[in-house]
Amino acid sequence: MSTLVIADHDNSELKPVTRNTLKAASEIGDEIDVLIAGCECSSVVQSIVNLGVARTVHVADAPYFEHAIAENVTAIVVQLAPAYQHILTAHTTTGKNFLPRVAALLDVQMISDIVEVLDATTFKRPVYAGNGIATVKSNDTTVVLSVRGTAFDPIVPGTLATATNTLDSATFPDPSPTTHIKDELAQSERPELNNAKVVVSGGRALGSSESFAFLEELADSLGAAVGASRAAVDAGYVPNDMQVGQTGKIVAPELYIAVGISGAIQHLAGMKDSKVIVAINNDPDAPIFQLADYGLVADLFEVIPEFIRQIKEGS
Amino acid sequence: MKILCAIKRVVDANVNVVVKNDGSGIDLNNVKMSVNPFCEIGVEQAIQLKEAGIADEIVAVCVGSAKTQEQVRVCLALGADRGIIVDAPDDLEPLTIAKVLKAVYTKEQPQLVIFGKQSIDGDNSQTGQVFAALTDLPQATFASDLSISDNLATVVREVDGGLQTLQVPLPMVLTTDLRLNVPRFASLKNIMMSKRKQIDVLSAEELGVVLERRTETLRVDRPPARSAGIVVKSIDELVSKLRDEAKVLP
Ligand SMILES: Cc1cc2nc3c(=O)[nH]c(=O)nc-3n(C[C@H](O)[C@H](O)[C@H](O)COP(=O)(O)OP(=O)(O)OC[C@H]3O[C@@H](n4cnc5c(N)ncnc54)[C@H](O)[C@@H]3O)c2cc1C
Repeated sequence: MSTLVIADHDNSELKPVTRNTLKAASEIGDEIDVLIAGCECSSVVQSIVNLGVARTVHVADAPYFEHAIAENVTAIVVQLAPAYQHILTAHTTTGKNFLPRVAALLDVQMISDIVEVLDATTFKRPVYAGNGIATVKSNDTTVVLSVRGTAFDPIVPGTLATATNTLDSATFPDPSPTTHIKDELAQSERPELNNAKVVVSGGRALGSSESFAFLEELADSLGAAVGASRAAVDAGYVPNDMQVGQTGKIVAPELYIAVGISGAIQHLAGMKDSKVIVAINNDPDAPIFQLADYGLVADLFEVIPEFIRQIKEGS
Repeated sequence: MKILCAIKRVVDANVNVVVKNDGSGIDLNNVKMSVNPFCEIGVEQAIQLKEAGIADEIVAVCVGSAKTQEQVRVCLALGADRGIIVDAPDDLEPLTIAKVLKAVYTKEQPQLVIFGKQSIDGDNSQTGQVFAALTDLPQATFASDLSISDNLATVVREVDGGLQTLQVPLPMVLTTDLRLNVPRFASLKNIMMSKRKQIDVLSAEELGVVLERRTETLRVDRPPARSAGIVVKSIDELVSKLRDEAKVLP
């Protein structure tokens, strides 16, 4: 029984979530191969080799894999698919984009966003914004899964010698008719939201992007990533990639600090698996207090400066 | 240009859903049902394209039981021109739904097919992409901006790192993200007028699609409960708790 994991990367670095996906794969079986579809992505290949957990790393290196256009990535995965019983990738915007296409062409019902492996065909996954945890069994001959990174630890590096299989570009699929125009990616010195140890998130109450700078200072003093509620993103205080929730990013840091966020179910869906939750809100009845480990009923504008001062002093 | 909007009937986003004690699923008795918010954004997008003179017909399609009449009517009241319901159980899997929609696509031959990026019940985020693969159409998922000219769609997508812009030739599949638009409310006049709009009910059989299942949901449980912790009085107390009790600060 062998498993194919499609790596998440940006052509220069392996995304950490790939290690969580590999951990999920290892709970299914030991025979794991990795596919890297990218462009000039040799450093990513090296990271997989160094990890020492895969038998083979398949490398599809060509310009039209550069932006992970779904149609192109799908075609190469489908070519490799017959050798595998399981095909996994991370439930990121990249994975969600191409993996359902792969499943469709294999005539398989994919199982999305798994949080637990019970056996080779049975998995747990959240439904209804995490209000329910469904146990789902696949009856397909190939099992196609996307993995929620925060639900699995990163795989521990091993000592397996990984063979490199460079795929012949003559076998690559015809390119998609889609043209990539541009990427506008957030540049930040802060840790990535998905795998930060501490996350400081702000909500509508911040009122402006200027006030968000305030939270950024708190985040920087804690070495934290910055997140936001949908209301803060919709209002334009911060860009979309900061949204935490059912339809944004899922985070599970050691410490999550929610500032001026009410705690709507869609927001909770993205952060309630955090280890320690702190809420700062001036409304004692805000739903966020029902799951916060530590709640402070206060005006955020009054207490955040003091919070920053004490953190800076203490460290 | 014709636009096909796939819509789903789901538990309303404001309802606190309850998992049944016997683990058999979510309690749907007397719960308010709505058009999936992302699908509603899709219908709004279609209406805006029609208002801009780019589209001339909007067809809303739903795969589900007779109860979905209500949600298809909502789309007609918002501005869709006609509706199609393919009679089927309400809990089909994305693969089967996409197969049914492929048959509808073949009949209708739209230039643009719009899906929500996910439905807020199953949270799968699959159907649009599966449909695109089955129909061999290019896709632009998680769209937050769309413009169309000369049979070419320029789409801004919300991706984990920020934004990505693609140019995709029609016919194509679009899946909507939250910030694509803010759906309008249906006016009373349009609600009245929508009663005269046509809804065709088709069977999967006449479309030649077998409604099979590939997965089994063995049970649905409540997530591990998180209980409220303590209320602290000051930043002083908060910081010392985080340091000494929770040990999450140095
Ligand atoms: C389909 C769908 C998907 C969604 N997906 C997401 C998602 O992924 N993520 C998400 O976050 N939301 C999502 N939402 C939106 C969600 O329902 C809420 O509307 C949103 O989370 C509210 O954001 P908020 O808490 O910042 O704003 P509000 O609910 O307005 O809360 C603001 C809070 O700030 C407090 N406050 C005000 N002033 C101060 C002050 N001076 N000091 C301290 N506290 C103050 C208030 O008491 C209030 O509790 C989704 C909704 C839908 C329908």
